[in-house]
Amino acid sequence: MGCEGVARFWREIPQRYNFIGNKCGSCKRIFFPPRESCPYCRRKSMGNMKEIKLNGKGEIVTYTIIHVSSEDFEDQVPYPIAIVKLDEGPQITAQIVDCNIDDVKIGMKVESTFRKIRQDGSTGAIYYGYKFKKVNKQ
Amino acid sequence: MRDVAVIGVGMTKFGELWDKSFRQLIAEAGAKAIFDSGIEGKEIDAIYVGSMSSGRFVGQEHVGALVADASGFSNTHIPSTRIESACASGGLAIRQGYLSIASGMNDIVVVGGMEKMNDVVGASATETLATAADQEWEAFFGATFPGLYAMIATKHMHDYGTTKKHLAQIAVKNHANGSLNPYAQYQREVTLEQVVNASIVAYPLGLLDCSPVTDGAASVVLCAADKAKEYIDKPAKIVGSGQASDSLALHARREICTLDSTVNASKMAYKKANLTPKDIDFAEVHDCFTIAEICAIEDLGFVKKGEGGKAIDNNITTLNGLLPINTSGGLKAKGHPVGATGVAQIVEVTLQLRGEAEKRQVKDAKIGLAHNVGGSGASCTVHILEAM
Repeated sequence: MGCEGVARFWREIPQRYNFIGNKCGSCKRIFFPPRESCPYCRRKSMGNMKEIKLNGKGEIVTYTIIHVSSEDFEDQVPYPIAIVKLDEGPQITAQIVDCNIDDVKIGMKVESTFRKIRQDGSTGAIYYGYKFKKVNKQ
Repeated sequence: MRDVAVIGVGMTKFGELWDKSFRQLIAEAGAKAIFDSGIEGKEIDAIYVGSMSSGRFVGQEHVGALVADASGFSNTHIPSTRIESACASGGLAIRQGYLSIASGMNDIVVVGGMEKMNDVVGASATETLATAADQEWEAFFGATFPGLYAMIATKHMHDYGTTKKHLAQIAVKNHANGSLNPYAQYQREVTLEQVVNASIVAYPLGLLDCSPVTDGAASVVLCAADKAKEYIDKPAKIVGSGQASDSLALHARREICTLDSTVNASKMAYKKANLTPKDIDFAEVHDCFTIAEICAIEDLGFVKKGEGGKAIDNNITTLNGLLPINTSGGLKAKGHPVGATGVAQIVEVTLQLRGEAEKRQVKDAKIGLAHNVGGSGASCTVHILEAM
């Protein structure tokens, strides 16, 4: 992916840094990433989608351990990737960090943590976003 | 709507074809299909060609025109259309050709599919395949394409007790079938131990759970069914055709282990054919990874959800089983030049229906199904063919 413009990353910052999703004013369903319209209410949702900040907590639905990655992630292998169901409903894909690979399990409660995702070589932009870590019981 | 039949098939050998270019491959497959059909060439009304990512694989777009040119049709100026739907590009090209004849617009069309994947180095091919996934919300965070199917596998194992051994048996079966197919990339068998112990790509999937990076092209000639026997003794009629879509990202789907695009495309095809899953004698399904074959036979209605692993335990899907699956070797052993795959599946089903599949011939093959998936299930085509 080496030589992309940074605008496409910059414009996703609200979602990737701060978990800004949106909510359909008609059926109250929550979406992440935010959608232009609600697939359930369609016309009724137009102009009626409200921004909402998600709490970044959820549960692992399924996972894998990536051993062969794209070039951009070669320095991170092996790393766990999971589909996380967020408390508010939407499901997302993210890395699981700060744990032993063997500890990653379906059903594990996780919370988001702000991390470096990757960088464009040694001189290019550094991209940040969410990863998830296990919720430690208090 | 008119009935449509396959009157000619052809394909290149699949593999690492260092001495053949993109344009040579499609010209070879197209010429074979046209020769097989008995048409002269001037009867062709249009060309439809599936290619996932010629731009990234060989730096060439505008391949509709290129294919017409390379195949010797630039002087006839016939319409030539390139179709893209990731790994289902070939299946969609078949469907577009089918629809153009069914509608009455065309009488004879040539459908092709190709991909030249070995002109880039390995990591670059992996990145290009990952463009079938959601770039912003999957790939950006480090998900790979095998990783997405691996997450389906983890969930399937957790929910239904499917094992790594079940997955491995799919690879063993498809390599056994591939060993009987002179066009397959891998014409050799593998053992269960080799598959289970292969290096991990994305847990739980190992190297031998994955389809390879392949060069190759395939082509078929489609014709209005009422005219098919003017050209060939044994046409294969397309009795059902279905296509469906779903969310681009795996995480946004209704259910991780069910490909709703397969469910919906097959429903559409079964309805058009007035058939049920029980009527199908054999099928070519999209086994880009071993877990994908398990999901496919469930979602196509051949077995109940969760029982895809058992089917391989009970030898139902082997060449001599009740429902042979991937007699060609599948994507796993025949190879997976992504744009060509959906067309190559129709080639295999047609050969089986004609009784020309040689060592891998299914006995009494009357009705066959082809199932082609794009990405991790965001698009799908299903075609059902019957001997005429």
